[in-house]
Order: sequence, then structure tokens, then C-alpha cells
Amino acid sequence: MATLEIKDLHASVVLDDETTKQILKGVNLTISSGEVHAIMGPNGSGKSTLASTIAGHPKYVVDSGEVLLDGENVLEMSVDERARAGLFLAMQYPVEIPGVTTSNFLRTAKTAIDGEAPSLRTWTKDVKAAMEQLKISPDMIQRNVNEGFSGGEKKRHEILQLELLKPKVALLDETDSGLDVDALKVVSEGVNRALETNDMGVMLITHYTRILRYIKPQFVHVFHDGRVVDEGGPELADRLENEGYDRYLAAAK
Amino acid sequence: MSKLNETIRNAAEAAASAATAVAEKAVDTAKDVYGNLGEKVDGVPTGDGRVAIPGMDQEGERLARDKVENDTLVRESARGGSAEGPDSSRAGRRTSYDVADFPKLTGKEEDFRFTPLKRLRGLHADALTGPAPAVTVDSDAVRVETVGPDDARIGSAGIPEDRVSANAWNSVTEATVLTVPQEAEIAAPVLVDIHGSDATPAAQHLVIDAQPFSKALVVLRHHGTAVLSQNVEFRVADSANLTVVTLQEWDDDAVHASSQQARLGRSASFKHVLVSLGGDLVRVTPSTRFDAPGGSVEMYGLTFVDAGQHLESRLFVDHSQPNCTSRVTYKSALQGENAHGVWIGDVLIRATAEGTDTYELNRNLILGDGPRMDSVPNLEIETGLIAGAGHASTTGQLDDEHLYYLMSRGIPEDEARRLVVRGFLFEIIQQIGVPDIEERLRGSVQDELAAANY
Repeated sequence: MATLEIKDLHASVVLDDETTKQILKGVNLTISSGEVHAIMGPNGSGKSTLASTIAGHPKYVVDSGEVLLDGENVLEMSVDERARAGLFLAMQYPVEIPGVTTSNFLRTAKTAIDGEAPSLRTWTKDVKAAMEQLKISPDMIQRNVNEGFSGGEKKRHEILQLELLKPKVALLDETDSGLDVDALKVVSEGVNRALETNDMGVMLITHYTRILRYIKPQFVHVFHDGRVVDEGGPELADRLENEGYDRYLAAAK
Repeated sequence: MSKLNETIRNAAEAAASAATAVAEKAVDTAKDVYGNLGEKVDGVPTGDGRVAIPGMDQEGERLARDKVENDTLVRESARGGSAEGPDSSRAGRRTSYDVADFPKLTGKEEDFRFTPLKRLRGLHADALTGPAPAVTVDSDAVRVETVGPDDARIGSAGIPEDRVSANAWNSVTEATVLTVPQEAEIAAPVLVDIHGSDATPAAQHLVIDAQPFSKALVVLRHHGTAVLSQNVEFRVADSANLTVVTLQEWDDDAVHASSQQARLGRSASFKHVLVSLGGDLVRVTPSTRFDAPGGSVEMYGLTFVDAGQHLESRLFVDHSQPNCTSRVTYKSALQGENAHGVWIGDVLIRATAEGTDTYELNRNLILGDGPRMDSVPNLEIETGLIAGAGHASTTGQLDDEHLYYLMSRGIPEDEARRLVVRGFLFEIIQQIGVPDIEERLRGSVQDELAAANY
């Protein structure tokens, strides 16, 4: 049983000219194992900033507030320590890393997360099985990380890592964007498998309700202007599907 | 991209008006690859404003910019038709078999402005009388001959492009000729061991003759010590497929200037992989020319420059025939005080070379303070009727986004750095295609990295 608590989190982005701009303006959210929280909101509302700040991207600085994973202060940890503590961010735009094979990368990451190298025989089998379920071409394992992957392949690769690394809390940053419906189903099944087997909590960031047909959230949070402005159950997503975000945009004016 | 468009537009305009050559010279020295984060990594600033290398700014390097302006003036006068300077377009660079045709070097020449002449140990000035490094060929599949300087195959693919090369050309008393017979497809790599054991300035000449429809991979491994000016010719006949791997694994005190020139017949394929690791000064100048349409060339390079080393790669692809392709990918890593890397990539697309497709890429990774890298891609386009032409050059430190991605998967920062740096460099080694050589080179690079605490 794991809990991620976000308490009154304020954070800014560091711009190219090294000035900062505040994006998160007091976020409160608690995610426990087995729960799926959908974070929905219009573009530019700060959803992705929330995920990147929790993961520790150097472009974002925390101004105030807390993020605790099972009571431990995540914000004091380096990026890799956060991952080893059990956080996982499926990125919206995974980068290509020339010269590092996917096979080497996955094994190195698994070794780092578990604190010991995985048994070679079971590991190879696990990777192969997970790749098959995500309909990932077997040759990908020998290609360099994300290099030459299509948009859909990159997203599947993110979910492959999610399934193999078995985090306590997963942050999915617009994993649905750029996916056709078949790929969306495959990716969603992967997340659901991880939910069943790993007892993890999920923060599912999305602009659209489409992915919520395949990954069922218990909680829906509407994000606007750097904070949560509305919360509810799955019915809130249905309402957003019909009405869009206009209500929140208008209220903010 | 905009630069390329501009180039093509300029080229098209020039071709339409007076069919004069348009030369575009880009100096992309020390551009920051990822530079807009404005962060510090390990206390080293990595943002736009940082000055990673003394004397460098975001616009490039002062010396280089001054030289380019002067150089442009020379070219204008050359185009005027009267003065014929060797430093005009690359097309006008002087070539000759006679060392007397090349003026004594002053260090101000376009092609020697980065090379410390003193450290050439007389290769550019003195008679080259020392014993050439011993050449041993380990293959029964190729024919190996030692021939005199009058042999017809000497000069069949190359002609000296600078004084150092011409000096060697005039000094050699014999040459080694390797022949890959017609239609022979040699599966095993042909290993040519070139071992030096004398520091007297010496000259050497090798010819590799890949006959029509042959296929082979030849490895030139330079090691030991030497002060050597070398000419290597690759004759790649019609539909031949030749891969050459040239390894510079010299001892610390070696000095090596190597002019490596290829001529490609119709639909020939040539792949050239350069790895320069050891030596005090190593300057390799690979050139490729096309005798007929349909040829393709790939040129890869990896240099690892340590403190005090000068490792220079200066390449030239001369597109004079239609429908040929070229791809150039050179990478280097530099570490330590006075580590100096130089990469010059000259690509010339002549008016006759319609349908040319070319791209050249140079990426340099600066590990810590102290090194200097000069990177100058030159793309000259004399016809607008090409399939593609481009170049890119980046010099910088490790990419923060790469590190972040790996670290976000639990991989500690030092290990992530090692992975990224090895990945960056091993990508070139992957091109060699000889497992035990790849393994040895990976080991050498690991040792170099370990010395830099990577």
C-alpha cells in the first residue's frame, strides 16, 4: 500500500532567459495504490508541469509545498532516487538516446530500481512476454532507445518500462496523445495489467476523455490555471465529454 | 535548414545568371547542442550564454570568423578569373604530384590554419628518409605486391592535395599494392598491420585496388611509433564494394599525416571508417571522388582527444558525377588541457553532379574544461538540381534531456553519464563490422573514459 501526497504545491518553470514563471499555484492531491486519478484540463493548465515537477525535471523549480511518497519527502530526492523510491513518469515526448540499446537500457534501469541485476533467464523471458503483449516488434530491443521509433512505438516503450519496472505510483503524461485507437487499446491494456499485478496508483494526465473508456478512473480532477478547480467521480469525465472546459475557462475570467 | 534553403536558392540564382560557382561556407564552431536550459550541470554552465571553450562564443571562434572573411575575398578574386588562389573554392585547391608546386607552409593556409606545424616534426619541410612502418597483410584472399614508384597504379586514385602529402609522394621508393580480384567477395576482413618503430621522418604509400564487382573489408591498423607522412589510395572499380577501416592507435609520441583518397567507378560503394585514438599529432585527410554516376560513399569517424593531443580529420567529398550519394558522420570526444580536435568537412557539388544526395554531420562532446574543438562544415553547391544536401555540426557537453530520461528510470547520474557517453561514441564503432576489433576499440574507449572519470 503506497500513497503519494501532493500538498499545496507551487512550482515555476525556468525559461530560456533564466527567468522563472509560476505554473503550479497550490496543488493538493492524494493518490493511493489501486486508485486511478484522471487529471484533466485545457492545454496550458499546468498538467504536464505537475508530472514533470514530481519526477524532478531540472526545468522546474518548486517554490513551496510538499510531495510525499509514503511519508518520504520526494522533493529532496534526485531524479534517480525518486524513481528508485517507486515513482515512474511515462513521458509525453520520450527522447532518443543514440548508441544506447533498448536492451541495455532496460536491464540497467531494472538493476538500478531493484538494487540487483535481474536473473538473466527470467528477465529475457519477461521482457519478451511484455513486448508481445504490447505488440512491440521484437527487433526494437536491439535498436537504440527511442531512436527511429514512431510516436506509437515510443508510447508503447514507455508502458513496457512501466510494466517491467513495477513502480508504486505511475504518472502518465498524455500517454494517449498521438495514438490511434488500436494503439490506445494496447497501451491501456498494459496500464490495466500493471494496475492488477503491481497494486500501483496512477495519475493519468489527459486532455481528452477517450482514454478513460479503456482505463477507468475512480477520481477525476479538473485542472485549470495551475490548480485543481473541480473534483468528482467518473461522472465528471462524462460531463466534460459533453460540455468541454468552457465552464471552467469562463469561471476563471 | 534555412541555411540550406538559402544555399540552394543562391545556387539556383547563380546558375541561372552566369553559371558561376556559389560557395557557401558555414562555420558552426562550438554551437551548443541543447543550450537553452540555462542550467548548471556539475557546476558547469550549460545555457546559451556559456562559454565552454576559451576563445569561443555562440557565433563561433574568433580566428575562424576572421579567416573566413579573408577567405571569401580570395574567392571573389579567383572567381573574377585573374588570380588563381589555391584557397578559393575547394574546387580550386591546388593538387600536384610535385612537392615543389606547394609553397612552404606558414600555418596561415586554409588547410593548415589549425595544424601546429612545429609538431609535424619536419613532415612538411624535410626529406623523409626514415624507415616506413612495417606493413604486414594477414590474408590469402588478396594479392599483395611491393612495387616501385613507377607502377601505373600509383596515382590512379589520388593526387596530393597538400605539401605534406606531396613530400611523401616524392620521397617514397616503394609502395604496397593490395588487389581485391575482380568479382572476388572476401568474407573475412583483410587485416593490414602497420607497425612503426622509428621516429625518423618517413614516407609511405599504399594502394588498395578493389576490382570490378569485388567486395572486401580492409582494416589498416596503425600502431607503435612513427613520424610518418602517408598516402593511401583506394581504387574502387565499377560496382565494387569496399569498406576501409583506418585505426590510428599510435603511441603517445607518434606523428602521422595521412592522405587517404578514393576514386569510385560506376555504381561503386565505398565505406570509410576512421578511428583516431593515439598519437601526439594525427591528421587524416580522406577524400572521395567519383569517376562515373551512381556511386555511394559513407564516411564515419571517431576521435578521442586526450590532454595535449592534436587529432585532426579533414575530409572532402567531390561530387562531380550525377546521382551519387554521400553520408558523413564524424564524432569526437575531448578531455583535458590542450586537447585539440579539428574536423573539416568539405563537400562540393559541381554543376555536373545533378541528382546528388549528401548529408554530413559532426558531433563533438566536450568532457570537462580544457579541450578545444574546431568544426567547420563547408558545403558548396553549384547546381540546384540535387536530391538533397545538408550539414550539421554541434559541439557541447552532455545532453541534459538524455541524462534526465535515464535518471528518471532509476539510473544514477554517474552511470547515466557513462551510458550516454559510451552510446555517443560506440555508435561509430558499431559501423566497423568486425566483432573483435569493435571489442578492442570499445575497451580502448572505456580506458580513455575511465581516465576522465567517466
